[in-house]
Amino acid sequence: MIASLSLILLCQLIGEVFVRGLGLPMPGPVIGLMLLLLLLLARDRFSLLVRGPLEGGGVENASRALLANLSLLFVPAGVGVVQQLDLLAEHGIAIIVILALSVVVTLLATVATFVFASRLMTRGEDTP
Amino acid sequence: MSENPFSLWVYLSQSPLLWLTVTLLVYAVTDAVSLATERHPLANPVLHSIWITGAFLLVTGTSYTTYFEGAQFVHFLLGPATVALAVPLYENRKVVVAAILPMLVALVAGSITAIISVVVLAEAAGLPRGVILSLAPKSVTAGVAMGISESLHADPSLTAVSVVLTGIMGAIIVTPLMNWTGITDFRARGFAAGIAAHGIGTARAFQVDAVAGVFSGIAMSLNALVTSLLVPLAVTLLVR
Repeated sequence: MIASLSLILLCQLIGEVFVRGLGLPMPGPVIGLMLLLLLLLARDRFSLLVRGPLEGGGVENASRALLANLSLLFVPAGVGVVQQLDLLAEHGIAIIVILALSVVVTLLATVATFVFASRLMTRGEDTP
Repeated sequence: MSENPFSLWVYLSQSPLLWLTVTLLVYAVTDAVSLATERHPLANPVLHSIWITGAFLLVTGTSYTTYFEGAQFVHFLLGPATVALAVPLYENRKVVVAAILPMLVALVAGSITAIISVVVLAEAAGLPRGVILSLAPKSVTAGVAMGISESLHADPSLTAVSVVLTGIMGAIIVTPLMNWTGITDFRARGFAAGIAAHGIGTARAFQVDAVAGVFSGIAMSLNALVTSLLVPLAVTLLVR
């Protein structure tokens, strides 16, 4: 468990160092995500890597435990709304309406594109 | 015995222990209520945890800074949780590779729609520039969005609030909206939830359908990558 958590933190740490060092406009954990994905894929190819947290589902279980309670992790940031009450009193309705419209439009655009592209693909397979 | 119950409160209200306990306890209760209502969209545990905790802070006159000293231990885990998204991506790589084309097209379409719609609407509503920049990355997971916001010199705490608001609204609306469209492909439904409403949408998707949850998780990790590249670009092009 500790080794698995260390591996996840290490990926994030390398991501942060990489991003800050090169001054890239992206967050460190995203690089950490790619790094862990590459490690997991590399493990299947090179038996040398099958040890510690990469052995017997160690890092997988730790990750699942983190993701199982993902929505809890948003609560502290969300409670930050108490700091924004002035701004919300001024622009709150506009912000909420904008975010609501944007989320509906995004949901519809994404689902429609996915279904359309997926039908186009299966049709392409049916008529080679 | 403490000679004065008030001095005990003064001590506790300044300690991280109390606020970490409150954060976890309120969430445990709201999550139990959500489970008891068979995960009704309106019983969203994040929504109810936030207003209950927020009201508690206002009533006790506790500052957010004091609260955050306890809650930061939970907040910190957003970064590792983003890294952990590599695991569902890895485990479902066969499904992902099989649906790679619709996913990539929907990823680009959804990510661009999420950013452009919010920036254009906020411009039209005449919101100040700082607010528009803070709202722009609202569809990605909080850790990533706050990072983007920071690199734009916007207000990361406002970004965090808009991220959470977006996630809650997405999680509440996604099931009724998708039922209304009549789309039954749970890969597509989950993917849309992950693009539009990140981790809170993904948590919701897992409640509805396992396949939807997996695709939602993939969508939010891919969106974190794409949005961190697209937002600086969109902001340069769209914000005056």
